[in-house]
Amino acid sequence: MVERSPILNVVSQLVLFLGLLSVLLPFAIIAIAASHDLRTVNEVPMPLTPGPYFWDNIVEAWTRADLGPKIVNSIVFAAGVALGKVFIAALTAFSIVYFRYWGKMLVFWAIFITLMLPLEVRIVPTYAVAANVLSPYQALLDLTGITWVVQQATGIQIALKWGLLNSYTGLILPLVATATGTFLYRQFFLTLPDELTEAARMDGAGALRFFFDVLLPLSKTNMAALGTIMFVWAWNQYLWPLLVTTDAAHGTAVTQLKELIPQINGSPDWHVAMAGTLIVMLPPLVVVIFMQRWFVRGLVATEK
Amino acid sequence: MAEVQIRGVHKSYNKVPTVHGIDLTIAHGEFVVLLGPSGCGKSTLLRMIAGLEEITGGEIAIDGQVVNKLEPRERGCAMVFQNYALYPHMTVAENIGYALKVAGMRKAERRAKVRAVAQSLGLAEMLERKPGTLSGGQRQRVAIGRAMIREPKVFLFDEPLSNLDAKLRAQMRIEIRRLHQKLGATSVFVTHDQVEAMTLADRLVVLNQGRVEQIGTPTEVYRRPASRFVAGFIGAPAMNFMDGTMAKDGRIAIGAGNGIPVVIGVRPDEIKIVDAPLKGTLDFEIELVEELGTGQVLYGRSGALEMTVMRNANGGVLPKPGERLAVKIPMAAVHLFEVESGRRIDLPPTRLAAE
Repeated sequence: MVERSPILNVVSQLVLFLGLLSVLLPFAIIAIAASHDLRTVNEVPMPLTPGPYFWDNIVEAWTRADLGPKIVNSIVFAAGVALGKVFIAALTAFSIVYFRYWGKMLVFWAIFITLMLPLEVRIVPTYAVAANVLSPYQALLDLTGITWVVQQATGIQIALKWGLLNSYTGLILPLVATATGTFLYRQFFLTLPDELTEAARMDGAGALRFFFDVLLPLSKTNMAALGTIMFVWAWNQYLWPLLVTTDAAHGTAVTQLKELIPQINGSPDWHVAMAGTLIVMLPPLVVVIFMQRWFVRGLVATEK
Repeated sequence: MAEVQIRGVHKSYNKVPTVHGIDLTIAHGEFVVLLGPSGCGKSTLLRMIAGLEEITGGEIAIDGQVVNKLEPRERGCAMVFQNYALYPHMTVAENIGYALKVAGMRKAERRAKVRAVAQSLGLAEMLERKPGTLSGGQRQRVAIGRAMIREPKVFLFDEPLSNLDAKLRAQMRIEIRRLHQKLGATSVFVTHDQVEAMTLADRLVVLNQGRVEQIGTPTEVYRRPASRFVAGFIGAPAMNFMDGTMAKDGRIAIGAGNGIPVVIGVRPDEIKIVDAPLKGTLDFEIELVEELGTGQVLYGRSGALEMTVMRNANGGVLPKPGERLAVKIPMAAVHLFEVESGRRIDLPPTRLAAE
């Protein structure tokens, strides 16, 4: 129900404005802090008007934390995770919705259950696997005694090893599976009429052809939404990049921010830290602004 | 063009049988309509021909080749769906040409074919538009174009007109019939609409609960319905049924009497309204009048019998509810059915003529 009265309008505008203010305030403080020098930023209370050193601080943060290569790393990482999720989730949902096979419900529930096991919960085993992708198979071989038999027979010790630490693959691969994305696609696929599938079959299109020619183009808006959300999510990841990249060359921008945070006995240069934060915030913002056009257009013009 | 042979085809869903052995041969270039109420198995049968539904038992052969195990694309059928099932993200041209694209035809060749098909369906002006911007009739024409372009051996139509409004439906009906005359392809058309079925069919197959009730030309099926079900299903307003008896000498009486019990069927438009009650006329009390323009449908009763009478006149004094009329049932209009099986009882014509 839509009610229209002047008082209600004023009240709702006020609520909206308050909401906007509370969202923008922290950003304003970051931006203001990033524009002062060391002395002013540590005054109590901190001045609420911008100072003249904004650009100097940005440059300082950029060089001190070596943000250029880190942002490139972050973009590769976040884009890789987002694209991987968009594609793998589509493929998984395709299998769940359009095929009948033994154990399908098992797979479905297995995916569902991963919702309850976020990365933080399974960080140790995930790390172990990333350190050596083949370790589960090694364990199997060891357990069944095959390693021992082979060693007795040939003198060769089986030691499978494929490490992913300090690589883009290691950063991206463990994060590309997504239950949320799979469900998003699943719900969408379920709304498509069966006749569309049948028409494609009559036209002679096989399963993969149907997936690429019909399902993916129809899921464009889903993909844009999922991709955007997942890009921002991956960009903000802290724990996993920190664990996997011991080599500074593969660090991401977000983990690199800790280089800018003042040390216990260092100088309290919060202005540089804030400037760095602003820089790191920028790329996901650009992505959201750019992608927004896509999924809003998709939501307005629903073709079904 | 191809002959389609359906031999003893059964279908069960989760062990529940829905189609109980259908035998039907569709000749080259014939237009066959499968007609029946919803759930009678007509769509299932069509989908089994198309290859969208597995065949539980029996055989289907197209052009002499058994197709039970073949994929839809290998059967040489094309299908037009009830909800059009156009690809919403493709233009009209892409929709029509998709089958050729999948088949790997080159672009220039494809475009020429699409243009030719679109031209014949009056779609040439809208090749670059998306289905979402088209009207229902135009969409259905695109769907037909998509089926035509593959030059299929068999055309399958799954209630393609039921989403259109009445006027458009009549128009599309004529277009489909015209198209069939031009292409001469074997066609199977599923519908629950008897007008559609009667007007389109070379041959009509009436189905009920997964069984064939009658196969014949529309005229045959209308004039000599093979069972009580067919008689009641075809013709509007529906046929009147009365319990009656048939004596040994072939004399038929409404109500209880000597002889074996039968069901007497008379079409409402064959009951004659006479000026005055005479011997052999029935007293009919009108309860409801439906104006059709060309005439009126009178619902009412004759004694305890419910009856529908068609008045084929649009002039004179209109009958009103509550009025009484004298009506006469000509013997030639009487259809007889067995009580138990519902099967038609054929009488020698001499008996029918006797009153």
